[in-house]
Amino acid sequence: MERKIILENIEIEGIRTLEVYRKNGGYNSVEKALKTMTPDEIVAEVKTSGLRGRGGAGFPTGMKWSFIDKKSTNPRYLVCNADESEPGTFKDRYLLMNIPHRLIEGMICSAYALGSNKAYIYVRGEFKAIIGILNEAIKESYKAGLLGKNILGSGYDLDLHVHSGAGAYICGEETALLESLEGKRGNPRLKPPFPAIKGLYDCPTVVNNVETLANIGWIVNNSGEEYAKIGIGRSTGTKLISACGNIVNPGVYEIEMGLPVEEFIYSEKYCGGIKGGKELKAVIPGGSSVPILPKNLILNTIDGQPRLMSYESLSEGGFVSGSMLGSGGFIVYDEDACIVRNTYNFSRFYHHESCGQCSPCREGTSWMESVLHRIENGLGKKKDIDLLVSIASKIEGNTICPLGDAASWPVAAAIRHFRSEFEAHIKE
Amino acid sequence: MSEKQFKHKLYVKKGMDISFTPETLIKIQTIISHYPEGKQKSALIPILHIAQEEFGGSLNVDIMDYVAGLLNITPIEVYEVATFYSQFYLDPVGKYVIEVCQTGPCAICGAEEMIQYLEDKLQIKVGETTEDKLFSLKAVECLGACGSAPVLQVNTEFHEFLNLQKIDDIIAKLRSESELKKPEELTWKERLS
Repeated sequence: MERKIILENIEIEGIRTLEVYRKNGGYNSVEKALKTMTPDEIVAEVKTSGLRGRGGAGFPTGMKWSFIDKKSTNPRYLVCNADESEPGTFKDRYLLMNIPHRLIEGMICSAYALGSNKAYIYVRGEFKAIIGILNEAIKESYKAGLLGKNILGSGYDLDLHVHSGAGAYICGEETALLESLEGKRGNPRLKPPFPAIKGLYDCPTVVNNVETLANIGWIVNNSGEEYAKIGIGRSTGTKLISACGNIVNPGVYEIEMGLPVEEFIYSEKYCGGIKGGKELKAVIPGGSSVPILPKNLILNTIDGQPRLMSYESLSEGGFVSGSMLGSGGFIVYDEDACIVRNTYNFSRFYHHESCGQCSPCREGTSWMESVLHRIENGLGKKKDIDLLVSIASKIEGNTICPLGDAASWPVAAAIRHFRSEFEAHIKE
Repeated sequence: MSEKQFKHKLYVKKGMDISFTPETLIKIQTIISHYPEGKQKSALIPILHIAQEEFGGSLNVDIMDYVAGLLNITPIEVYEVATFYSQFYLDPVGKYVIEVCQTGPCAICGAEEMIQYLEDKLQIKVGETTEDKLFSLKAVECLGACGSAPVLQVNTEFHEFLNLQKIDDIIAKLRSESELKKPEELTWKERLS
């Protein structure tokens, strides 16, 4: 089960530099793609691979690429979403810190496949160190003729630049990211038109997560068919999981899809169990936006099947008894964790990060925060619990972008699975 | 309502003479060149970062108007952006802005205790600046380093796996660093005050 695609060779000293990266097989895919494959062949390989967007939505990457408007005479853009800000998620930061060329390699192949000559990496403003690392890596690649004009003598040109954000969770949403890249407030756009038709500067654009693009080099080298053999069912390949919270070994792990959740939590190779020998209470498996699950439901589905780390298994049971793989931000809570306090914390986060464009989200996140604040501080009333459920249900599905859903799901799920804790807070 | 109440801090001009150094202007031209012709507005956020860093750690209307002029856009386009993103400060801040992550994963690993400790140590509340203008304390949302919680950043430098001893060390180091400063190294704001 030890399968490494993205983090392969990460332990090699100096892998951050182009020289060492290339010595270990880095950029072979660029050579292969540009000299022996047509753009459409690459898109076909990515489709075959079954690779799905690693930013959280899990949308098939090859399909997203095939939507790009080929009739348009405007330039096409590839934008990498490195605005990693979903609480619990820090996988892209780890990847970029340690092996930045993996992304650049994937981006060259992807941009070529999409017929794009200009690409941007949008990095969240707080990752100043990463911006430096990426700029350094890009400079090396330009020098080596891997970026710029006539890459490796193939006649293909690509310019790649890093763009810095300035602290806004909402810019992880692809259309908000494009607005921000255009120098505006990060207000998400109404879709359709989708970015593939009208994206950056109203031109056809594909926005992909760092981890998604980091897979492309391997797929070009080894074929989509080989990639599809890894993983389980429609969850092909590997996934970076960033594990945090009350565990012995927090960190980023590359796992093959299909690993049992129980093994991931308790094995020495991964989380190493709960810190301080305590009991597991609950897990948020895919970043703060996805529903929290109590111990019994994260380890096993409602039918008693072992829960696996895959898109399908984690969402089995819908929101009644399941959750989502999301971005792979795996937050573990021990027996002492207070679910009410934690839910209040996240509702404050979403209130702060709501862009304010849609009333249900702007007003609803504010109300959820204040109602949870009074429950947490012993001033709650009995009807507050149902009030929260009602607010959450009125935000969900009624906003331009998924932030509304992301704000309401954690509240609804916490009440669904831990209602007695909320009631206890109100009685006290 | 009196005239004073109408005036938001955004619209109070100080009439300061603001300009980047020639070296910075070259850097800015390079940034603008990364975007297609006519799309120079894309460079706004990166340039505001530079402006904030060079002009004393926060933005005011004079600085924003200057940036608008550089990019040939209207001032309101700059205000819109500066008020939206949490990394841009519209109030003066201390030399070191300490931002402690307070979101979920950090919170369950002791962030609240760290914030309390910093408040006591610096004798200020979250959102305030010390009297000597050295430290500003902020509680911020997820910094994306949950695996090394609790974390804080000082002017975008990360400090991870925090504990009380580490906080003592960070503050002590920053204090001694600031004492080493020569007068000509003082920031623009320090020189003014």
